Amino acid sequence: MERRFITRLGDGSAVALTRGEIRAELEDGTQAAAARAKLPPLELDELEHLLDIFASAARFSAVDIGDEVVLSFDGTGTPQQGSRVNALLQYEQCLAADTCELYHIDYSYKAVKTVVGAEQQAMKEAQERVTIPVHYGAQPDLGRYSAPDGPCGNWAELLPQMRIDEAREAQEAAVELAVEDMVYVATAMWEAGADGIDFDTAGAGGDADFLATLLAVERLRAAHPGMGIMVGMSGELVLGTHGQLEYRGTRLAGLRPAGQLEVVQQAGATVFGPAVNVNTSRTVAWNIARALTFMKPCMAVARIPVHANVGMGVGGVPMNAFAPVDAISRCSRACVDVLRLDGL
Amino acid sequence: MPVAHAVASGMNGLRAAGDLVARLEMARGMKLAEAKDYVAQRLGTSVADLADPLVMHEVRGELRLGRVFETETTYPDDPSPQEAKRNIAALLGLQIDGVGR
Repeated sequence: MERRFITRLGDGSAVALTRGEIRAELEDGTQAAAARAKLPPLELDELEHLLDIFASAARFSAVDIGDEVVLSFDGTGTPQQGSRVNALLQYEQCLAADTCELYHIDYSYKAVKTVVGAEQQAMKEAQERVTIPVHYGAQPDLGRYSAPDGPCGNWAELLPQMRIDEAREAQEAAVELAVEDMVYVATAMWEAGADGIDFDTAGAGGDADFLATLLAVERLRAAHPGMGIMVGMSGELVLGTHGQLEYRGTRLAGLRPAGQLEVVQQAGATVFGPAVNVNTSRTVAWNIARALTFMKPCMAVARIPVHANVGMGVGGVPMNAFAPVDAISRCSRACVDVLRLDGL
Repeated sequence: MPVAHAVASGMNGLRAAGDLVARLEMARGMKLAEAKDYVAQRLGTSVADLADPLVMHEVRGELRLGRVFETETTYPDDPSPQEAKRNIAALLGLQIDGVGR
């Protein structure tokens, strides 16, 4: 009987597959991305290397000595760790983080605007107690600006009613407000001593959400030439909720990771984080092959560091709050070995 | 999650030189290889040593760049985080705005 290896599905549950079945998963995953986005699939040697990683009984997998990369974290800390700054210190001293991120539990620039003074105070304390870089992060979260949470029309309601022009106007108005809030908060936190600013899940609200992020980055770069700015994406495709928005002549709707990187670089960010969402019904092997296929074109055009998102539900990592280390470590290693990127 | 990534592929921050390389990536948009070369050159080590906790523990101690400590190995004379970051800023030629506040 052919040997079976324990591997995982995208929801974290365990399955046992043969080497041949894992190979089929990898090939299917890369072809799925290649067909969808008209990209080249992974090379044969890359697939063979991934097969060696996944068709293994080892509980854990790791990169070769010397191939280590920088690990940047978003939203570091949980209530079990004590205060927010205690949590950052624990990431530094106990969890071997290369950077950490102070954040507010209501992880939105619009929300933080109202409590920015308290966030500045927390950043001051963090800078006094932590040696590794302490970034400040939140999400652009354009939806917050639509009714009933915000002053703009609700495009999620207007679009199904075929009130397209109104939906676009609402998004354009929201973009203006969001840019002001992001610039305000990021400036305040930079002045409080943050080592960098993170815009997390950019594009989660579609092309308007992404545009707001790019415009904010552009303004911050102009005002603060030395500011470290990280833009982490929300997915492998920018949805065209508006459909006609452009940044410096590039249509944002439909952008894949490489295209996303190009405009993020133009705006002036210093680190880019591509994200590829996980299909929880498929295996981790399928998901990582698909994710790598989407992200690989970034490396040819990247002038800034690329830190792939490999957290819960992205970058092949199972969509589970308690993802198993056998899956996480395989995805971690796969991203480094195949993409040769600058961090995770 | 963070532990798994740190063990699988991370440079391990203050245990080695990961935070130093990270500062250059974030502040200057340096790619990983260039950032590693730069840090190694400023520290007077090889690139291979940057992720070696034994080597970097000694180097960081000598240069007063801050390091991890445990119950059995305490360093009461080690620099405060603020002093460590001043030294890091001077070593890497960076402006670290969180220093001296």
